[in-house]
Amino acid sequence: MLAYTLKRLIAGVITVWFIATATFIAMHQVPGDPLMNDKAVSAEIRANLEAKYGLDKPVTEQYFIFLGNMLTGDFGISFTQQNRKVNDIIRDHFPVSATLGLLAIFFAATGGVLWGALTAVYRNRLPDIIIMFLVILGISVPSFVFAALGQLFLVNLNSLAGQSIIPVAGWGTFSHMLMPSMVLGLGTMALLTRLMRSSMLEIVNEDYIKTARAKGLSPTRIFFRHQLRNAILPVITVLGPQIAAITTGGFVVELVFAIPGLGRYFVQAVQQLDYTVIMGTTVFYGAFLVLMVIIVDILYGFIDPRVRLS
Amino acid sequence: MRHITVFLTCLLCQFAHAEVEATSVDFHSQTLTIALTQEPPQLNSAKATDQVSGLVLGHLMQGLVRYDRRGNVIPGVAERWEMTETTATFWLRKDAKWSDGKPVTAHDFVFAWQRVADPKTASQYAFILSPIKNAAEINEGKLPVTELGVLALDDRTLQVTLARPTAYFVKLTVFNTFYPIRQDFFESRGDQYAADAKDLLYNGPFKMTEWTHSASLKMIKNEHYWDRENISLNAINVDYITADTRARLNLYTDGKIAFTRLDGETYKDALSQRFRIRRFTTGSTFYLEYNHRPGKPTANLNLRKAIQYIFDPDEMVNRVLATPGNLRGESLFPVWLNGVNDKFRREYPAPQAGYNVKEAKRYLELAVNEIGPIPPLVLLVSDSPTATKQGEYMQGVLLNKLGIELKIDVQTFKQRLAKMTSGEFDIVGAGWGPDFDDILTFGDLLASWNMNNRGRYNNPEYDRLVRLTMNSTDPKTRMDAMGKAQQILFDDAVVLPQYEQGVIYLLHPKIKGVARRVIGPDPDFTYAKIVP
Amino acid sequence: MSLFEPTSADFEPLPRQEKTEQITRPSLSYWQDAWVRLKKNTRAIISLGIIILLALFTLIGPLLWSVNPALQNLNQVSQAPSWAKSAVIIAPYQDWDGIRLEGYTSPNQIASAVPAPTGFAMADTPTTQRVRLIWDQTPGADGYNVYRNNRAPRDFNDLGLPLGSTYGNELSYEDRLSLEPRAYYYSLVPTDGYDEYEVYSQLILTPVLAITPDEAVERGLVTDPSEVNIGDDITIEFHPFGTDYLGRDMLARLMEGARVSLFIGIVAPFLFVLVGIIYGGFAGYFGGQLDGLLMRFAEFVVALPFLLFMILFKIAFGIGPGESGIMPMLLALILLSWPSTARLVRGQVLQIREEGYIEAARLLGAKDHYLILRHIIPNTMGVILVTLTFAVPSAIFTEAFLSFIGMGVAPPTPSWGSMCNEGVKTMLSHPHELIFPAVFISITVLAFNLLGDGLTEALDSKMRSRD
Repeated sequence: MLAYTLKRLIAGVITVWFIATATFIAMHQVPGDPLMNDKAVSAEIRANLEAKYGLDKPVTEQYFIFLGNMLTGDFGISFTQQNRKVNDIIRDHFPVSATLGLLAIFFAATGGVLWGALTAVYRNRLPDIIIMFLVILGISVPSFVFAALGQLFLVNLNSLAGQSIIPVAGWGTFSHMLMPSMVLGLGTMALLTRLMRSSMLEIVNEDYIKTARAKGLSPTRIFFRHQLRNAILPVITVLGPQIAAITTGGFVVELVFAIPGLGRYFVQAVQQLDYTVIMGTTVFYGAFLVLMVIIVDILYGFIDPRVRLS
Repeated sequence: MRHITVFLTCLLCQFAHAEVEATSVDFHSQTLTIALTQEPPQLNSAKATDQVSGLVLGHLMQGLVRYDRRGNVIPGVAERWEMTETTATFWLRKDAKWSDGKPVTAHDFVFAWQRVADPKTASQYAFILSPIKNAAEINEGKLPVTELGVLALDDRTLQVTLARPTAYFVKLTVFNTFYPIRQDFFESRGDQYAADAKDLLYNGPFKMTEWTHSASLKMIKNEHYWDRENISLNAINVDYITADTRARLNLYTDGKIAFTRLDGETYKDALSQRFRIRRFTTGSTFYLEYNHRPGKPTANLNLRKAIQYIFDPDEMVNRVLATPGNLRGESLFPVWLNGVNDKFRREYPAPQAGYNVKEAKRYLELAVNEIGPIPPLVLLVSDSPTATKQGEYMQGVLLNKLGIELKIDVQTFKQRLAKMTSGEFDIVGAGWGPDFDDILTFGDLLASWNMNNRGRYNNPEYDRLVRLTMNSTDPKTRMDAMGKAQQILFDDAVVLPQYEQGVIYLLHPKIKGVARRVIGPDPDFTYAKIVP
Repeated sequence: MSLFEPTSADFEPLPRQEKTEQITRPSLSYWQDAWVRLKKNTRAIISLGIIILLALFTLIGPLLWSVNPALQNLNQVSQAPSWAKSAVIIAPYQDWDGIRLEGYTSPNQIASAVPAPTGFAMADTPTTQRVRLIWDQTPGADGYNVYRNNRAPRDFNDLGLPLGSTYGNELSYEDRLSLEPRAYYYSLVPTDGYDEYEVYSQLILTPVLAITPDEAVERGLVTDPSEVNIGDDITIEFHPFGTDYLGRDMLARLMEGARVSLFIGIVAPFLFVLVGIIYGGFAGYFGGQLDGLLMRFAEFVVALPFLLFMILFKIAFGIGPGESGIMPMLLALILLSWPSTARLVRGQVLQIREEGYIEAARLLGAKDHYLILRHIIPNTMGVILVTLTFAVPSAIFTEAFLSFIGMGVAPPTPSWGSMCNEGVKTMLSHPHELIFPAVFISITVLAFNLLGDGLTEALDSKMRSRD
């Protein structure tokens, strides 16, 4: 167990190094000059700026300096917000993205399991048809359309109620998080519902269910103890990659709902060619995702005794 | 199932308990809530360049002089001033204080201005100091900062030695680059200066008490501000930071913010909700800049003339931009610039080509005779939706009416700048906003020495007129020169003015006394008050 | 106990029997069988039909609906779907000087109140080309603001769009701001040159839809300006799906956008699956250290945060002037997506390699390439086909997402994603600009998803045994 975890962690560190290198190479391929701005500046000022960010050194040297700093966990100063450290930016804004992402995953997972189980129970009857129709909608409509519609819904809801029941944008309280996380989790929820449904239907035909039924267990007990518990397993496997997709895919929701998350920073940084912020966020996200996948894999070993970690 | 029920109940509780937050304007506490389009990138006044930082700083800091609502210069930290050909002297008011209660002195200005000129600060706006003696040399690293022509004669007298006679010097000091910075505080913060609410010292009508990056900030009335009796607002809350106009309109509709700008996509929704819509001309000119470097097809005058005659600014403003407030692009010099006694554009009307297909085709024929068939031209634009839309429009116009193919080159901010500087374009969509209240802020843009002249237009006669305007203090001489410059811009079709930017916005009807201005913080809530 | 003594009779052939073994059903290959089962799945067949229709829409559509998708008509911006309209021919636009007072001087003092302006009227027949307004001088005022609303104003705060201001000496205003043939409520408010007085006069008018002879020629309605006379009625072109923000025909743009979206949606998965097959097949078949090395590299690429790198790669490859940006996007998609297929194929190959029939074929002397082409690849095809079908929707979504954050294809090239992005902004005032592209994306994604489901069921051997 310990050896397995250790092995995975070492592989993870190498993966993070790979991500960092790939980012560094890709970023230096981007045409354009990060130090250039609206107003042209004197050569003296430019030289000072280059020295400040170490851009006066050869690229290979910059790469090794960057790797060295990365080891000490220092990503430098932002190019666009010159008095903020990239570490501060990540520390301030990642928790927001993470909260949003986790809440979205929570909605997606509970919703997916619940709806999936329901559709399986009511197979080919009205609830199944309605839910599957909604699922199909959830899978086939782009998230930005949902985000815009969701916000519009809140505006109308509030104006109907005559007061602000749920804030239409912003961040802070739980009610702020409600709509954005639901919008963000919708696609995943639809995916999980489908998965849950087919996994439930497959299990119905398994021998142990037949045995349980033959033993005369109550349908409710069979449903909860045997069917549901076993059907959830495949759902958990896809959760790892889905966490990844959700936490990095929050740009649109963050933009529409005015949420101070890290995703928005990344898009801005790419547009502004803010080298240090691009490097910092990508490496940080990469490391986070690698860690998430490892954790999910290890957890899976605990949940499903059939999987032996080796 | 029980667990699920419990969870659902919890959710419902959350709905029910969602606190009803304060509305965007509150009469009793005189509090105002707004949204910003982005996080202020730089609140160090010596380095700030953008509008959002300018807006925030404008409420937190005060320079020597400022503008009133109608654009007249009125005393700020300085209570009076005196100008000669070679010097400007400012006498500071006794009661001007920092937010820690210490007085604002002339030394704070000297220190701040030296920081700006210092090449180590790498301020983009260092050039704005150029009327001050030695400023340019210091910025190029040729002289130490102590040589800057600015001197604190005593705590309350500031004397500036000018490099050349500068008619507009007093107006220049409105700009945030000229705000004071106190040395001891600045040095105590080091690299962290202006990084957070506690890392700034304020001498303006408000002070910042909270700053959650990218989320919110709070400005409250500064109890040490000299004119505090006339400030009605107790607090300005910035509760939201979002660039999405629709999100901001939704927040306005929801009563969460008291001010938002509209755009072509959102104004119809605001209209159908019966909001009071207001209009404001920002004072910026948008134009197409040609590449004048030798060898480029756009270096040919007749080709530029052909485009000048085929472009219909009316259609641009009314059908493409299609929001009220924009003015037809008739000149590089916007309408608000002052001339001798009246507005410059009323004294020196800009010559107009007018939409004329025949004339355009005649010029095109001349151009083809000179440089052969016109190759596809590259139009460099930024990646903003408005810019690309305008690019698509120009593409349609040139192709359908003149048969000239236009290739649109959409680039992000830095890439576009890099291409503009290296000259990898034929035409580039550009805009220019004023830095100070004088015609020169537009006039010297196309001078051959100006680094921002990205098309590298070079005309000795134009340069001569700009120099004349720079070195003279006589309004008539200066405006005559600029009137001639405007004629050259037209005759040479140096740039193609497209429109003068106007914006429409929503402002809560209970707020009175908000100033919108071309120069300085905009919008300015300093003297705003909330009526019942 | 007697030993069996064979006689010559034992070596006589047996008489031929009538029936030995009867094949009751026709013999079906794997693929024929799959097709039979797919045909039973109504949803999958409908989806297949939709996909074929989409292909026809993209390829044949432009031949039937030959409107130029790039042709702008600034007089017909953001029109909702409608039948052909009729317009009246008017003279080309002429500048209008309006009414200016000679020898006007601003009031010495700002008046505290002024009366509502009088004589607010139209100067001539209003058309969608221009509306000309005139009024009488208001004593005490030093300027006027003109407003326009689509509905009757309720009060002073509901006057609508602030069109413009005039100085005190100008007693006229010309409105040309995106005029439509509908009723407008104009209001005139006097000012002191800066602030407004809270009084206003009102005027209701409806401009007529108008077009100049030159514009009629440009739009291809007539071939020569002399064919029409001022005052004639003319039928202007018809847009079944409405027009976009530059007056371009939505149907034609949807067809062109389909080419981009479906190209990325289908070609990208096809290519990265191909790369995946080669890479994964190679690794899986040869195994050993090479396999370990190749798979380790694939794992690295899988670990890259997809959207972040999509944006980064997209921008690193850059878009040159006049390019659509489809190729950089395709390249980025392939670079980031191949490893999942590679892993899948490798797993399959590892499994199949150990199967008995491979061993048998090898014993019979089959060469590597024969094994790969004849046995291994055909047996992985089912899984690959399913992967491919599910990869299409995600590629289409990726394109739409990138377009939404402004990093998609470069204008003027349309794609469904970028059209959605434009449409979302005006979804309340012009819903058709969002609904049509969004519906196309949804239908495509849905069709491929359902087809994928159907294929999975049809190709799955487990399901087969259940019938």
